[in-house]
Amino acid sequence: MNWEAVIGLEIHAQLATRSKIFSGAATAYGAEPNAQACAVDLGLPGILPVLNAEAVRMAVMFGLAIGAQIASPSIFARKNYFYPDLPKGYQISQYERPIVYDGRLEVTPPDGKAFTVGVTRAHLEEDAGKSLHEAFQGMTGIDLNRAGTPLIEIVSEPDMRDAAQAGAYMRKIHSIVSYLGICDGNMQEGSFRCDANVSVRPHGSTRLGTRTELKNLNSFRFVERAIEIEIERQIELLEGGATVTLETRLYDEVRDETRSMRSKEEAEDYRYFPDPDLLPVVISEEMLEEIRAALPELPDARQQRFAEQYGLGAEQVTQLTASPSMADYFETAVGTAACDSKLAANWVTGELTAHLNTHQMEIDASPVTPELLARLLMRIADGTVSHTGAKEVLAAMWDGDGDADSVIKARGLEQMSDSGALEQVVEQVLSDNPSQVQQYRAGKTKVLGYLVGQVMKASAGKANPAQVSALMKSKLDAV
Amino acid sequence: MHEQSVAELQRGLQARQFSSVELTMSCLARIEALDRGLNSLITVTGERALAQARAADARLAAGDSSPLTGIPMLHKDIFCTRGVRTSCGSRMLDNFVAPYDATVVERLDASGMCMLGKTNMDEFAMGSSTESSFYGATRNPWDGERVPGGSSGGSAAAVAARLVPLATGTDTGGSIRQPAAMCGVTGIKPTYGRVSRYGMVAFASSLDQGGAIARSAEDAALLLAAMAGFDERDSTSIDKPVDDYPALLAQSLSGLRIGLPKEYFDEGLDPGVAACVEDAIREFEGMGAVIADVSLPHAPLSIPAYYVVAPAECSSNLSRYDGVRFGYRADGASDLMDMYKRSRSEGFGAEVKRRIMVGTYVLSAGYYDAYYLKAQRLRRRISEDFQKAFEQFDVLMGATAPSVAFKIGEKADDPITMYLCDVYTTGVNLAGLPAASIPVGFADGLPVGLHLIGDYFQEARLLNAAHQYQQVSDWHLQMPRDLGERSPADEKR
Repeated sequence: MNWEAVIGLEIHAQLATRSKIFSGAATAYGAEPNAQACAVDLGLPGILPVLNAEAVRMAVMFGLAIGAQIASPSIFARKNYFYPDLPKGYQISQYERPIVYDGRLEVTPPDGKAFTVGVTRAHLEEDAGKSLHEAFQGMTGIDLNRAGTPLIEIVSEPDMRDAAQAGAYMRKIHSIVSYLGICDGNMQEGSFRCDANVSVRPHGSTRLGTRTELKNLNSFRFVERAIEIEIERQIELLEGGATVTLETRLYDEVRDETRSMRSKEEAEDYRYFPDPDLLPVVISEEMLEEIRAALPELPDARQQRFAEQYGLGAEQVTQLTASPSMADYFETAVGTAACDSKLAANWVTGELTAHLNTHQMEIDASPVTPELLARLLMRIADGTVSHTGAKEVLAAMWDGDGDADSVIKARGLEQMSDSGALEQVVEQVLSDNPSQVQQYRAGKTKVLGYLVGQVMKASAGKANPAQVSALMKSKLDAV
Repeated sequence: MHEQSVAELQRGLQARQFSSVELTMSCLARIEALDRGLNSLITVTGERALAQARAADARLAAGDSSPLTGIPMLHKDIFCTRGVRTSCGSRMLDNFVAPYDATVVERLDASGMCMLGKTNMDEFAMGSSTESSFYGATRNPWDGERVPGGSSGGSAAAVAARLVPLATGTDTGGSIRQPAAMCGVTGIKPTYGRVSRYGMVAFASSLDQGGAIARSAEDAALLLAAMAGFDERDSTSIDKPVDDYPALLAQSLSGLRIGLPKEYFDEGLDPGVAACVEDAIREFEGMGAVIADVSLPHAPLSIPAYYVVAPAECSSNLSRYDGVRFGYRADGASDLMDMYKRSRSEGFGAEVKRRIMVGTYVLSAGYYDAYYLKAQRLRRRISEDFQKAFEQFDVLMGATAPSVAFKIGEKADDPITMYLCDVYTTGVNLAGLPAASIPVGFADGLPVGLHLIGDYFQEARLLNAAHQYQQVSDWHLQMPRDLGERSPADEKR
């Protein structure tokens, strides 16, 4: 049978506020356990939540960025369940009136086949703490640093049909929240997390199959891989006459499999009700307009501009706009160097990206700042340094050996562009290689490459090959 | 000294007739002598009180004092007090020493008051008799066989017995007004949002409100003025200036429009209580007030609505008591679920468990609409009834409670009869209105309270009406006899 997969994603994006959603405690990652948990985060008797206005503003930014509706008022509700790392015995979330609802997102994956994903809702909520099982023999440690960190949970419609679409949608959301500056997007630290709901059905059917929910998908690759193997697993089950069980499954990246975590049959009743400690959140028209006016340039717009303004190809545009910091880097470099934008694009997506990948570094952390790269680009453009020499300069700058000019000088990497000096070397090579000169003049023009190589060798690589070639040719052809 | 009003005590302090330390020691001695019989306090904080008294004396000497500087008081044991056990009357919090002060505690500390201890209460403020306390029942100073009402029964009994002139209370369904009525003292629950709930252990967040218990409206006005005001740490507190309650006490009642909701004079009202209430209303008429009947058609539905909304919120608010981070944890649990179940089974008393179960039920999928949402709709109707009544009236009056104080144990096994103690008071909480209770006589030798209900933020009006009545009556000056032995310190004075 021909099967079709149906996929919806729930993405949790941690909002990049300085303090928590309902308390003044800091949200920075990696502090000593429980060092960033105040009385509110601990759920002490008598404490009350106070909503962080910044978190609301960020959620509204997201809603506007995806063309969604903004609810006013929106309501906070309590989601009641017992868990040791949930200090109050309930999570403050939104249920019946989420702040963002009914959005649509156009996604263009690398294969170019655009598709649209409905965003059902995006609601504000507080994160829970963490249970630490490893460090304690036979006991569980509780770290409440993360408790109360603001999240938006972005719930899509089941509009995706394969793993690649799910991956592309998730990347798009990732790039939007990054461009908005409302989430650091760090998947390793859990700032951007995803659960996937996956089901399959016979092609052409309009009824949904039984779904499973996949958890622990902390990279784009894992999301795609887990969905792929889950689709295969479900198809295999159905083709073998079995049924899919409604359940939550965990992706194990080591074994590359999903396995059952808990059945959804015994679904918990969270007993949602409006939180009486918090007022309905009202977003005025003025506030909405103010936020709209202050929205930064979004990924789609920036891509379009990069293609038009810099005349770059689709692949380079995609690479350069993958993150706002990458795009900012490129624009600063090309602007400072005032050079050909393709030259700048080639160096940022080529050699610089290679260095970043080797060191597993984000562009923000690059020791070669865009200003430093710009100096190098200028020296390439004005012919001071050859392409090969420039690679060495970049490597030296990466190691902190100073700017392009000082590296070029210290290492003697200037190209020999003084035509008098170059002419001398060319003359020397011609007189040293009479048989090749003869061959050339007899019509075997291929030997030109050899002769040019000899000049490069004699000049210790400092000559400009194009210049050498032209000079050599004119001398050989002159007689 | 223990019969003086707060204003008189303040004059004594200002005139150096006695110091705050002497006044505090005198109150502590009275607590020592009388509270074994009353059990109105859970914790006595003598050292802390004396330190505050010394600081108050310094402020008085420096001329840097408020009307409450140096005055002894008690906090209901529901307000978090840094470094002092805050038990909420529960075994669950018997070991809980709050690491922070409630806003109300901060404010009264800042005013220079001296906290002598924490008062007894129904467990987590759930009850109308102070019998459900883990620390045993408080006795009514007028009759030791009887309850003081509740849940702020410890505060009301302590003020009635003249252990201190002032005490804080909280009121979720009548928990300030009903014990004030049963103990013959003055109690006021302000508008929801007038007093910060920060640091006040939550029972039902949309109904809970802190307030004042005192011997007179004049004293209550001073305490409430110091407690009230906006607090950015409580999102439901209201950013609106607080009226100068003491300054507004003297207004004339001529032309005051008093409405008598007929639903508050139903067949459940004890005739002896009704007689006192009617006498009091005639007094108001004599002072120039205009009296007329009014109807609050949905008032009889207050109790059912209340006993859905309050347990629903309580079931969620009390989820944090799970034995993980603070409070009672059962020993030897076999796993996490066992720890939860045993800690909560052993840490909570019967009434609290009953309400958690009711609340969990009414919020459950499939029942939510039929119970919780329906109760919320009723709540709006109840509020609308009041709003309509306040188009015609300034104050509504009736009995605070349908009967006088009952015997200890009499209703303890019958929750429904107990819940009916709050039949006249819960509607006020559902609507979020301010209301007070003042003593207006005795039935069968026990105090009767008059219930005064005002429109939103009309606390000053209520206190003014209560004060004017107290200018022409002396019920609030009556003091229970036979409180047991007299303290040596008191004999000296």
